[in-house]
Amino acid sequence: MNDVVLHAQGVGKRFGGFTALSGIELEVRAGERLGLIGPNGSGKSTFTNCLAGAFAGHDGAFSFKGQPLHGLKPHERARRGLARTFQLPRPFKGLTVLENIRVPLAYAGREAASDEAAMACLEGVELAAKAHRMPKELTQVELRRLELARATALRPELLIVDEAMAGLSHAEVDQILALLFRLNASGTTIIMIEHVMRAVTEFSQRLAVLVAGRKVADGVPAEVLAMPEVEEAYLGR
Amino acid sequence: MSGAVLPSPAARAPRRLGHAGFWLASAAVAALLILALRGLGSEYAYFAATFVLQYVVLATAWNILGGYAGYVNFGAAAFFAAGAYATVAAGKAMGLGLLPCIGIAALVGGALGFGTGVLTLRLRGAYFAIATLCLSVVLQTIVVNWSYVGGSRGAYVIRPREVPFGFESYGGYLCAVVVVLAAASVALARQIETSKLGLGLAALRDDEAAAEASGVPTLRLKLVATSISGAMMAVAGAPLPFLGSYIEPNSAFGLSYAVNAIAMPLIGGTASWAGPVIGAVLLATLQQVATVTISSAANLMIVGVVLVVFVCAAPHGIIGLFRRRG
Amino acid sequence: MDPDLALLLNGIVSGLLLGGLYAAAAAGLSVSFGMLDIVNIAHPAFMVLGALVVALLWAATGLDPLLLSILLAPAFWAAGAGLYVVYHHFFERRGDEAIQGLAFFFGVMFIIEVGLVLAVGPEQHFADAAYASTTWRLGEIDLPLRMLVPAVVALAAIGGLALFLRRTFTGRAIAAVAQDREALRLLAIDPVRIKRLAFGISIAFAGLAGGALVVVQPVDAWSGHVFIGRVFAIVIMGGLSSLGGCVLAALAFGVLENVTASFFGPSWSPAVAFGCLLLVLAVRPQGLFGRVA
Repeated sequence: MNDVVLHAQGVGKRFGGFTALSGIELEVRAGERLGLIGPNGSGKSTFTNCLAGAFAGHDGAFSFKGQPLHGLKPHERARRGLARTFQLPRPFKGLTVLENIRVPLAYAGREAASDEAAMACLEGVELAAKAHRMPKELTQVELRRLELARATALRPELLIVDEAMAGLSHAEVDQILALLFRLNASGTTIIMIEHVMRAVTEFSQRLAVLVAGRKVADGVPAEVLAMPEVEEAYLGR
Repeated sequence: MSGAVLPSPAARAPRRLGHAGFWLASAAVAALLILALRGLGSEYAYFAATFVLQYVVLATAWNILGGYAGYVNFGAAAFFAAGAYATVAAGKAMGLGLLPCIGIAALVGGALGFGTGVLTLRLRGAYFAIATLCLSVVLQTIVVNWSYVGGSRGAYVIRPREVPFGFESYGGYLCAVVVVLAAASVALARQIETSKLGLGLAALRDDEAAAEASGVPTLRLKLVATSISGAMMAVAGAPLPFLGSYIEPNSAFGLSYAVNAIAMPLIGGTASWAGPVIGAVLLATLQQVATVTISSAANLMIVGVVLVVFVCAAPHGIIGLFRRRG
Repeated sequence: MDPDLALLLNGIVSGLLLGGLYAAAAAGLSVSFGMLDIVNIAHPAFMVLGALVVALLWAATGLDPLLLSILLAPAFWAAGAGLYVVYHHFFERRGDEAIQGLAFFFGVMFIIEVGLVLAVGPEQHFADAAYASTTWRLGEIDLPLRMLVPAVVALAAIGGLALFLRRTFTGRAIAAVAQDREALRLLAIDPVRIKRLAFGISIAFAGLAGGALVVVQPVDAWSGHVFIGRVFAIVIMGGLSSLGGCVLAALAFGVLENVTASFFGPSWSPAVAFGCLLLVLAVRPQGLFGRVA
């Protein structure tokens, strides 16, 4: 039985009069592959941002590896082992691919930020050949891989992958999935937020569904997808 | 914007000069320059060199926050004048000579930078820029109302009779001090640029949220950059009272310092330490020539026009024109 | 009435009138900075330009300065639209908005100011309206017409702007582009055209405010600097894109500045006003009337 690495208790977030998230209860165990799905506007990004510490405050609480995350800034959460990628890749445009990796290594790495360590990270996502190029020379899928490499350079215990498959071809989706499976096999817990159903159903051991800011389902993918509420949320009545 | 760091692996580029190496090289250049000027022995040469080199310090200082971190400081004049007035106040209160005054100016500038940063750096860069615009006015108002440093009438500063370190004239000594300050500030800028701090600043300049997600403590780094930049800008201003022996608020807080501090790095290139140096030498020389031949208002106009043209046509500055990176 | 109280009341009233004028200057900035997210620090330079052009035209023709300001507004609109085209071409399109964009406006501000010094010299200029020497009295309170009329005109212009933004199609498009430029494209409206229009409006307001200002107090080529902090402080205190907040903040600002000047002397009022700004930024950056992002 694995330890609980993340516990979300009653997490909610309001923007002015609009409630983006409400009463989210979620537990993630070490080494798990959790998929988080829901229609547009259901609160998935808001949840990620709350977890990453991007908002000044929110209702409820997170505890990560048994410690509360309240009041910790994003960089402190990253240093504790909580990594995230961004929906639209956000590379450091003025730095080379290699330097992009040196940033997390230097600031949150458990080891020295040597070029060798950075190259090793790049080899893990098969970008080593482009180490000295600038991000604007990379293709979309290469940018996604860079984004993942930057997050994994933190040696995170929990990685949140935010819609990494959007706009990718079938083969490219397989590429990224293979990367993520490898990462998970080496011990990283992964929460995958996705719209591309094939990817998330292939990847997840467990699936949670958000609709209009609330969690409506949480269980084995086959069962969850068969639930009427989930079908209704995606297909309408 | 071009990256702040050159590609590093030894296999690809020739080995770069390490930190110590660059400091030594700067010291050597400084020594050579001092000897050369001493050889010339002309008071005007000392004055001109001091004029240009104080801008090297100012532009380099501005670029640490502006170029490396991406935060625009419109109030360089405030920091510069703060250094000048720190010298006046310290000289009057404690009879201190130039060198200790420079130290005090650094503390004052650093505190001012830190204070401005604490108030505004949690917000967008535009707010920091606006706050620095106001800072000049606020400080000038304070100085104008502070009779201890002469208020709006200004203050006279008497150059000491004995010239330290065996220089023949005080002008020569002052020039030598400014040469050393310029060399030190350039070496410091390069050290920051190629260090972990510089990497973090470059990351937060490009994308603050992504930098945070990568473990960079952005607020802390911004405060460090603002404090160092502020301290250095004040150090640039510290010798000013001794340069002309008279100082008053309108010229100390003058626009010329504010616009040059921005124009010089932007024209030279903000990506590295070399940009502000190139920009400062070029623009300061140009302005000396223009002031002497045309008028000082026209000379400011030239700076404004050159700034706009460069910012539109060559956004990475002169260095960017030569170094096509990717 | 106790003389100090009379002084205070008059300080408040003239502060309110001055605030009305500041509101016009800040309203333009509310459009460019608040809605279009363009940090145009040259805005006060356009005010000064407007002030000096009106002063010169008044000296030459004798026409009422406020009338001149209104007549000049289209020219300022065109200048603003042109400036936006340049800004958009070199900066917004490239996405290099950050420091180069700021430096661009700084350079423009500089060019305008130094250009004015070279063209009309560093002396102060003013324009006297026909009613300038008349003062209405309400008990102990003075209402000098030379302050009242410009303030009323300024507030009327802001009212017109507010109606435009709320009731007309183009006005609503401007408010929309502030929130989501992509959505506009879906409606087959060119966001660049809308922003050009809006930026032109912001500069037109700057010119109008400057023309009104020169009736109230003398203006010289460097006056812009004292105004930079004021107008940005007001816009930020008012909550960026809220015109109503802008007006309220401007009135409060005018009163604070004026009362300080009456009791502590005019040389301290700039610092007090900017101290306010720094405080607001530190404590409540969304302004007194804005909402948290």
